[in-house]
Amino acid sequence: MPSLKNFRGLLLLPAALLTGCDLVLLNPSGAVAAQQGHLIVVATVLMLLIVVPVMGLIVLFAWRYRNSNSRATYAPDWDHSTQLELLIWAAPLLIIIALGAVTWISTHTLDPYRPLQRLDARRPVAAGTQPLTVEVVALDWKWLFIYPEQGIAVVNDLAAPVDVPITFKITASSVMNSFFIPTLAGQIYAMPGMQTELHAVMNHPGDYDGFSANYSGAGFSGMRFKFHGMSAGDFAGWVQKAKADGKVLGRADYLQLQQPSEREPVRRYATVATGLYDAILNRCATGNELTPGIRDHQCSTTPN
Amino acid sequence: MLDHPELKRLVLGRLTWDAIPFHEPILLWTFVAVALGAAGVVAAVTYYRLWGVLWRDWITSIDHKKIGIMYVILGLVMLLRGFSDAIMMRAQQAISFGHSMGYLPPHHYDQIFTAHGVIMIFFVAMPLVTGLMNFIVPLQIGARDVAFPFLNNFSFWMTTFGAALVMMSLFVGEFARTGWLAYPPLSGIASSPDVGVDYYIWSLQIAGVGTLLSGINLIATIVKMRAPGMTLMKMPVFTWTALCTNVLIVAAFPVLTAVLALLALDRYVGTSFFTNDFGGNPMMYVNLIWIWGHPEVYILILPAFGVFSEVVATFSGKRLFGYASMVYATVVITILSYLVWLHHFFTMGSGASVNSFFGITTMIISIPTGAKMFNWLFTMYRGRIRFELPMMWTIGFMFTFMIGGMTGVLLAVPPADFALHNSLFLVAHFHNVIIGGVLFGMLAGITYWFPKAFGYRLDPFWGKCSFWFWITGFWFAFMPLYVLGLMGVTRRLSHFEDPSLQIWFQIAAFGAVLILLGILSFIVQLVVSFRRRESLRDTTGDPWDGRTLEWSTSSPPPAYNFAFTPRIHDTDTWADMKRQRYIRPQDGFNAIHMPKNTGAGFVLAALSAVCAFALIWQMWLPAGIAFVALLSAIIVHTFNYDRDFHIPADEVVRVENARTHLLAAHV
Amino acid sequence: MSEVTSPVASVAPVAVRSARFYVTSEHHPENGTLLGFWLYLMSDCLVFACLFAMYGVLGRSYAAGPSGADLFELPLVAVNTSLLLLSSITYGVAMLEMQRNRLLATLAWLGITGLLGAGFVGVELHEFANLIHAGAGPQRSAFLSSFFTLVGTHGLHVSVGVVWLVTMMVQLTQKGLIPENRRRLLCLSMFWHFLDVVWIGVFTFVYLMGALP
Repeated sequence: MPSLKNFRGLLLLPAALLTGCDLVLLNPSGAVAAQQGHLIVVATVLMLLIVVPVMGLIVLFAWRYRNSNSRATYAPDWDHSTQLELLIWAAPLLIIIALGAVTWISTHTLDPYRPLQRLDARRPVAAGTQPLTVEVVALDWKWLFIYPEQGIAVVNDLAAPVDVPITFKITASSVMNSFFIPTLAGQIYAMPGMQTELHAVMNHPGDYDGFSANYSGAGFSGMRFKFHGMSAGDFAGWVQKAKADGKVLGRADYLQLQQPSEREPVRRYATVATGLYDAILNRCATGNELTPGIRDHQCSTTPN
Repeated sequence: MLDHPELKRLVLGRLTWDAIPFHEPILLWTFVAVALGAAGVVAAVTYYRLWGVLWRDWITSIDHKKIGIMYVILGLVMLLRGFSDAIMMRAQQAISFGHSMGYLPPHHYDQIFTAHGVIMIFFVAMPLVTGLMNFIVPLQIGARDVAFPFLNNFSFWMTTFGAALVMMSLFVGEFARTGWLAYPPLSGIASSPDVGVDYYIWSLQIAGVGTLLSGINLIATIVKMRAPGMTLMKMPVFTWTALCTNVLIVAAFPVLTAVLALLALDRYVGTSFFTNDFGGNPMMYVNLIWIWGHPEVYILILPAFGVFSEVVATFSGKRLFGYASMVYATVVITILSYLVWLHHFFTMGSGASVNSFFGITTMIISIPTGAKMFNWLFTMYRGRIRFELPMMWTIGFMFTFMIGGMTGVLLAVPPADFALHNSLFLVAHFHNVIIGGVLFGMLAGITYWFPKAFGYRLDPFWGKCSFWFWITGFWFAFMPLYVLGLMGVTRRLSHFEDPSLQIWFQIAAFGAVLILLGILSFIVQLVVSFRRRESLRDTTGDPWDGRTLEWSTSSPPPAYNFAFTPRIHDTDTWADMKRQRYIRPQDGFNAIHMPKNTGAGFVLAALSAVCAFALIWQMWLPAGIAFVALLSAIIVHTFNYDRDFHIPADEVVRVENARTHLLAAHV
Repeated sequence: MSEVTSPVASVAPVAVRSARFYVTSEHHPENGTLLGFWLYLMSDCLVFACLFAMYGVLGRSYAAGPSGADLFELPLVAVNTSLLLLSSITYGVAMLEMQRNRLLATLAWLGITGLLGAGFVGVELHEFANLIHAGAGPQRSAFLSSFFTLVGTHGLHVSVGVVWLVTMMVQLTQKGLIPENRRRLLCLSMFWHFLDVVWIGVFTFVYLMGALP
């Protein structure tokens, strides 16, 4: 829709002119975020169709029917007009029907649980493409990213090859956070004992910001990480670097890691204890002494 | 005697000298200032020998007008506290970049944004709304008081003691560091072991009881006590909105009570409702609190819509356009407000169909709201608009609220919300509707009905200063937040890395300073108006050429409101009476049956607060004693059957003659 | 304003005109107590609705602990239910006696109602004590948390009802069947029957369905 694109430029002109600031939600680098940004613009334009005329009418009526203007018609008992009332209910109704349709469709196509259908506006996902899986754990107050296929884990640093669909599986250790990389895709909550999912793809290489978007306590402000979009080759190098670092993330190391701490530096782990993510998800890696019965019940699927 | 450690713990719980923030200079100096101020007030009241008056005429009063005024005073006082929090946050965010960590550590900053939200919603907006409804509704429906005058006094004191507990947390212990809705697991005992969340729970429980009872009270009043002839479709729109709001209160606040009680059980007893382990489910808390929380938004905005409806008709000198569609719109909003709560957490992982359902129901609310906007617009059409202060607030509202409504619908589109949720865009949106809608509405209502309450108008010059500072301040403070939201900046951060954001926070801080000037102008306006009250005096009872019943009685109204109960023939009763050449009754007055003042409400509320304070600090012995005392006081109160009296006919004659003379002197 | 208040502008006789504008006799609006109490009951009903919802969500979260089928003693619950249902009937009889202006009979039936209510609370406390003793306290699992809270909140309401009932009996002895007391008895009656209705929900939803394996 080229006309809308042009309008979008116009709309943002004043804001963008001010400092040339980066409105990342409207100019993102990931296909999902791009569709979301596009939707923001479409919805805004739809609503402006009614908001702008009403604002004009407010000014017009306020000026024309001011007390000092004795030439304007004064109809103190005029309080009803069926046509007008039909119009004032119908006009917002029509806008909402249009917006409702857009909402229904876009909510389903952009459902974070739904595997991606396309890499960007022009390229569909090729059949048989294997997405990259990343297991995300929000800790107090840092992020742990586990790459089960690569066998590595990284704290506060995330990378993915461009144009490869990514499947995030997200949980948390103690409190609720929200996993958000604005330029990649919308956010989704990270909750202890539960798993949420997000499907996304990055289209442009670069270093981007990611953070927790849900307040989670004292260290929340520093709960940030960098997300790197890379070529396939660079990504392999990035994985190799983690492998070469040689540290091990065992259960005991994890218990150490999940202790509250702020502004953690990037840490890389060459190997990760088997089933660590599932143990975290099932609350079997909390370090608290659960009563044996409960432990057996909850953690039976994940041998210690 | 307190040497024994067991006994000491039983009496003092976990309260020690460490709870007093000697080491935090900001709090310490605030405390000194508050203490000096309080001492000054106590000294002044003692010096002018006002304790008796205060107790007899105000604290124990069951007069709905006085209670309404006290609610508004409570709301305005707490506005000062809530705004202090706001400007501290703006200052912190404007300077805390890169190496500078600002002047507020997270421990303090996190309490401030929590307290700001709690105070502004529960102890500013709610008291202002309840106060206006209390004052105006009985006058508009031709009643002499509310249905349950004692409960009204009790409700007010419960709200006030709830506010007092929040204030106390500033100097004894700390407030919650969880955000204003205290989501578990963060608010659970494992992550928040301190007293902050307990202060939060108990202050809201106490205030919540007050709000619930006042909701029941006003519904019964509106349903049962309308003057003869006032059918439902002849009720003034403000009364309609008040009815819908109170229905929402009765249907929503029990959920808050229940969910906070469950959170309290998790914290005190060790149950597992919202815990991570033992099968608890924190998502239930989020659902339940928003099942209360979303109707709460409409509880606040509907009465503001009512105020605008009254104001726009009065100052356009016209009947309200589309009365019936206004009423239907209000009722539709009331019902729909229960079907949208999930839009506050689209990002929690519900399926696409569930999210779309709640997104679309949310959007549907904008249809009746839009219809209302058009109704106000066409009320202005072919009117004779007088731009007095209440009307200026109304026009300011129409502009501001349209933007807020638009961003609200935008946030209701789930995929857009995934990007904008929890961002500063969201913060800008709800301030846009709560300041631009609720607060402007309350300020319009206060300036509109001030002469009715006190017998003199508010000074227009300082009022206009306040208006322009508020409105420009609002735009400066919140437009940058929209931009920041689109830049992907999230809320509740106390520190930023990216220096390019700083300019926007500085603009927002400048806006907050403008709002400060707006608040100061409002205070000056109150003082100046009081000093000029003789020249601003309203002798007619009808300073704005009003249209509804409250303008037919004197300003301020007599204790009994109306010497004779009016008969209603039209929605704009007073306009109709004026047109039909109404003659004030001059004789034939009867004695009037009225409820008696009582101190029971104050005592019960105070005991509840003592009990709550003891529970917060886990002082089990004092808590038990206070609870037993509370129970006994309630039972003793039920033995008081002597609850009403008659204002003698002579007294009515004296008051009405005085008004006749006043009117004759100012013809 | 002058024409509004000017006494000379009338065309019709003053009495006719004033009758249009106001009620000349003393006007008594309807009493709102019963409506208000209904509203309160509905709000209380919502509190129970939340607790039922919690139980609905958490009622099978045993956390490897005991389930309803393991714990509930249905005979005890049957006794309990009969006590409460019976107390509703006796309260009804008390109200009938009130209608016939028989103070002593009213008091007697209220007394029986109170005893039945106290018996209900006693049995429930006994059940709770047994459960806690068996290691199935409210801290054991989310299921037990929601069970104790739902059933306990109902029991707390019955206890408050009993205290209210005793207070009411003292007031009846002092003042007799005056209109205020009749109104209060009616409110308490609604409260009592309301608790009965809630209990039927608890009995069915928690005990009967919970006892299923």
